[in-house]
This record gives sequence, C-alpha cells and structure tokens, in this order.
Amino acid sequence: MSALVPLLVTLPLLGAAVALIFGRRRRIQVGVSIVTLTATLVIAAVLLNAINATGVPIAVSVGGWPIPFGIVLYVDRLSALLVVVSSIVLLAVLLFSVGQGAADGDDETPVSIFHPSYLILAAGIFNAFIAGDLFNLYVGFEILLVASYVLITLGSTESRIRTGVVYIVVSLVSSILFLSAIAAIYGALGTVNIIQLSERMTELPQETQLVLHLMLLLAFSIKAAVFPLSFWLPDSYPTAPAPVTAVFAGLLTKVGVYAIIRTETDIFQDNDVNTLLLIVALATMIVGVLGAVAQAELKRILSFTLVSHIGYMIFGLAIATPAAVGATIYYIVHHIVVQTTLFLAVGLVERRAGSTSILKVRGLMRAAPLLAVLYFIPAINLGGLPPFSGFIGKYALFDAAADEGTPLMYVLIVAGIVTSLLTLYALMRAWNLSFWREKEEIGEGESETDARIAYLGDAEGADVQTEKRVIPRIMTTATAGMVAVTVALTIFAGPLYELCADIGESLLQPVTITQLEQEVQG
Amino acid sequence: MNVSLTLIIIMGVLFAAGVYAMLERSLTRVLIGFLLLGNAANLFLLVVMGAPGVAPFYGSAEDAADYSDPLPQALTLTAIVITFAVSAFLLALIYRSWQLGQADTVEDDEADLAVRDRVAEDEEAMEQEITDEDDDATTDFVGDLTSPITVLHSRDFDALRDDAPTDRPGGDR
Repeated sequence: MSALVPLLVTLPLLGAAVALIFGRRRRIQVGVSIVTLTATLVIAAVLLNAINATGVPIAVSVGGWPIPFGIVLYVDRLSALLVVVSSIVLLAVLLFSVGQGAADGDDETPVSIFHPSYLILAAGIFNAFIAGDLFNLYVGFEILLVASYVLITLGSTESRIRTGVVYIVVSLVSSILFLSAIAAIYGALGTVNIIQLSERMTELPQETQLVLHLMLLLAFSIKAAVFPLSFWLPDSYPTAPAPVTAVFAGLLTKVGVYAIIRTETDIFQDNDVNTLLLIVALATMIVGVLGAVAQAELKRILSFTLVSHIGYMIFGLAIATPAAVGATIYYIVHHIVVQTTLFLAVGLVERRAGSTSILKVRGLMRAAPLLAVLYFIPAINLGGLPPFSGFIGKYALFDAAADEGTPLMYVLIVAGIVTSLLTLYALMRAWNLSFWREKEEIGEGESETDARIAYLGDAEGADVQTEKRVIPRIMTTATAGMVAVTVALTIFAGPLYELCADIGESLLQPVTITQLEQEVQG
Repeated sequence: MNVSLTLIIIMGVLFAAGVYAMLERSLTRVLIGFLLLGNAANLFLLVVMGAPGVAPFYGSAEDAADYSDPLPQALTLTAIVITFAVSAFLLALIYRSWQLGQADTVEDDEADLAVRDRVAEDEEAMEQEITDEDDDATTDFVGDLTSPITVLHSRDFDALRDDAPTDRPGGDR
C-alpha cells in the first residue's frame, strides 16, 4: 500500500514530461493528461479507503533514510480526502479546457505547454498535501507556484502579464517568508519533520513559539488569501483563462488553508492565537463579501466571495474544538468543489454571451436554460441555502461556535450569517441581471436603476467583448459533472460529514514520532 | 549554539536591501530584490546550522558534536535551485513585459484605476488625482538608446505575435 504514495507525485511529473515531448500532438497530450489524473484519482481513493478502514496513517520514508532525517511522505485521512477531491476537480477542469482548446482550434500555439504545466501543478498540489515535513511542504508549494506562474500568464498577452506580475511578486514574498520561517524553526528545534516538531515545540518558551507561529501563519495566510493579505487575489485571478481561474480558485488557496490546519493542529499545540484568528476571520468574511457586492463583473464577484469564504475556514480553525475542525474540513471540501463549479459556469457564460459583466449580459435564461441551471445550483449552494452542502457546512461551524459560547463566537456567527446572505445577494443580483432580465427591456436612462447601471457599465470600461460562440458539448458536460458532484456532497453528506468529524477528532490527537517509525517499518 | 556575527550582519543587510528593492515599481529591481532576499534566506539557513565543524560523512571526528550539521546545507542547496528557476522565469517575464509595452514596471490594476476615476469624478477633484506619469517613468530601460539589450520588438518576428490565440472570444489583444 505504501508503494502507492510516492506515485501521487511522480505520476503527474512523469505525465508532464511525456506531454511535453508530444507538445505538437494534441490528442496524445490530452490522453496522457487524462490517464495520469484518472490514475492519481484511483490511487488516492484506494489510499483513502485503506486508511479509513485501518485508521492508521501511511508514512513513507523516501530514499530509505531513517525517519527524522530523510523526506517523509505522510498520508492520513485528511491528506487522502483532499487528494481525492482535488483529483476530481483537476480532472473535470481538464475536460473543460480540452473542450475549450479544441473549439478554439489552437494547436501548436503556446497552449501546447498548458498540459505539462497543468500536470506539474497537480504534482505540486499533491506533494503539498502529503508532505510529512515542512521543507517538503515548501518544495510542494514551489512546484505548484512555478506551474501557476506559467498558467496565469498563459499566452503572455498584455493584461495577463500585468496581473501575473502582481500574483508572482506576492507569491515570491510569501515563499521567502516561509523559507525564513523554516530556517528559524530549524534553528530553534533542529528538525523540520512536522510530527517531531509537534513533540519538541512544547519545550520552547511561549514567546519564541509565538514568533515562529506568526511567521508561519503570515506566509500561509498570503497563499490562502486571508484578509488583510488577500488584496492580490481579486486582481490576478479574473484575467487568467477560465479553466485556469477555476482550478486556482478551487485548489491553490485551499493548499494554504491546509498548511494553516497543519500549523494549528499539529505543530503548535499549546500555543494558540485563536482570538487573533477569530478577528482575522471576521474581517476576511465581511471585507471579502462587501467587495463582491460592489463588483459588476462575474469573475471578480466570484474572486471576492472566494476570499470571504476563506474566512469561514479560518473561523472553524480558530474555534479549535474537534467538532469545529471537522466542520472546517467538510467546508473546505464543499468549497473546493462549489467554487470551481461556479467559475466553470462563468466560463460558459463568458463563452455564450461574450462578456462576464453582469450589466451587459442579459436574457441568458431564455437563450441558454441549461447554463442557467448550471449557474443557479452552485450559486445557491455557495450562498448557503438549505438543503445544500454550503448550508450543512455553515450550520456545523455555527453549531461548534455556539458550543463555545463566548461573546466573540456569537459575533462571528452573526458575521457568518450576514456574509452568507450577502454572498447570496451578490450571486442572485448577477442572476437577476444576466439570466432573468429580458433581452428587450433595455430602456437605459429611464429609471434611476437603469441610469446607475449605464453609468457603472461605462465606468467598467475594460472587457468589452461582442463575439459569441457556441459552447462545445464537452465543456457543458464537464460543468454538469461538477454540478453533479456538488449535489452528491449534499446527498452523501452523512458519511462524508462523519469522515470529516473523525478527521477533526484525530487531528487534535496527533501521532508520535515512535508511532511514525513503526508505521514506516511495518 | 555558536554562530558567526558576520554572517548575521550580512544576512540582515541582505534582507533590508532586498525588501527595499522589491518595493520598487521597476521589475528589474524587483528581480534584484528577490535575488537578495533569496540569498538572505539561504544565509539564514546556514546561520542556524551553527558553528562549522568537520565535514559530515567523510570527516573523522571523535565526537558527534564536532561534525557540521548537514541538513541545512541540503535545504540551502534545494532553495538555491528553486530561486534559480524562479529568477529565470522572472527574467523571461520582464523581457516579455518590455516587449509588449516598452516598460518593465508593475502596472496598476485596471479595476482599481476605474474605481479611482469614479471617485475622482464624484468629488470633482480631478486635477491633482492622476499625475502618475512620474511613476510610469521609473523603468530602467526607457527608449532604445539607453537599453542595455538590443530590443527586437515583437513586430520584427513574424512568428511571434501579440495577438496569439487565447481562450477568449476574439482575443483580448
């Protein structure tokens, strides 16, 4: 079983190499990418099943070095679950992009590097999820970041270079911070192995722990787009190609959140900054969603809701009870899937209507009823309407917070409900304007609302696109498949939530280094 | 743990200079800042190694404490390789940025500018608001005469087009 673990990283890397060799043969590239990601999905599912059955994490010592010295790959149920979910998302987005690429007929363009970069991104994400030591986590981050630099500037048009520069410079700063934090932690404790760190960290004075803790949190918060370090995200995501934005929105910030989970639950067990995290979560939720309400462009609205919903995850972590951590993990799974689906649906809107400005697009309900359904279901799911998974996740979070019962918790609960309603408002406003509004009722300047809309529409300026194209079937199928997954998260919420709650329990009782050694030998 | 004060001072200077350079608008200076910061972080890893001792694996010290700690060296090597790869990418990005707009600066976000314009209109205080020409001029390569590299503009290549196909309907350039 443990032989499967390194394959999660090596298979996508190998696939990337093969895809690069066949750079000019589109069909082979597509085939290689799909086979690779399907294989990792199967492997991850097998691992999750096995670990869930035994309850024992799988650890692999790469290169055969004894445990604290070498690189350790460590798969527990949290890692396995996240790898499964990200494989599903990566596969669906890949299919979407295949449809888009085939329809645009861009063989032999720079897009021949899309598949290799995409697979390397997958390898980086998986590596970060299964890293057993901080430095390997850093390497995983760097792999996925370098791939994301290429993807976000794909085609290197002027607007993508402009936004890509912001993204890249911010990511560089966070990487340097992370590396410095690793150096400081190694200097203090003489190890980078996460499990060994959790054992030794308690020996340090609280003040030293606090410094190290905040350094790591700072580095991860930039990647996870936690307020006030989230400013870069709404600037840089909307310009990238639709499938790239979808996968970035779903997965890259969640890798940062995953690192924060490990920091909070594994590394710093008796040093808590939970009050600080609660306040940061509050600000992230409110500021993010207010940004979404103010926007008039669908991709930007979604980018801002992405930021605001990261706040829920930080909220859950800051409560720091097993129930809350379990709810957070359920929320992460829900959010990865739903946010990606929404971005894919918006990609379809962009294609169908030629624009993503909700002030310009209209009458989609009649023109594309299926697309309307594909947007509507994930939208109300993200907004947290029952019975969808967004509601379940938020309810579980609020329930765990209410159990704590401090005044700050109740403030956070209220903020969470307000954020949820405002998210719903922002998404439904887009729905009303773009889908529900009839094509004929133009009459600009007649009422105050219309005048305001016309004014904002002019001010937005950029992104005027008039050409409309037919949506290839495979893009619709990929999006519909993702919508089906979001619905499945609701239907199978029982077993999934149970698994997440179990993970929450076990995360707060980490394994010891001797247990880990036994697992490697056994 | 004994550490060298010189290394620490150098590290501090590198961090300070790196942060300062990264705050510039010119991308070449951002690159230089990143290189300085990367080296500062690598030095940090070497500082936490402690006092240098006998070479690990090959040395012949009696006491285990006399050996150098090999792990930070391994970490540093990995970090150097990563920094190298990222700088190569940054250089390509800077070149492309220069090729597109004859500028290598970090640009303002379009939506931010739109918001700023709207605010300016509302307050009817347009005069002093937008005097960004000075900022835009802080490129290191203004004009072909001062350019340190021979610039072949994209129009000089038939195969390299700014309107290369993208996924956007109609292409955004």
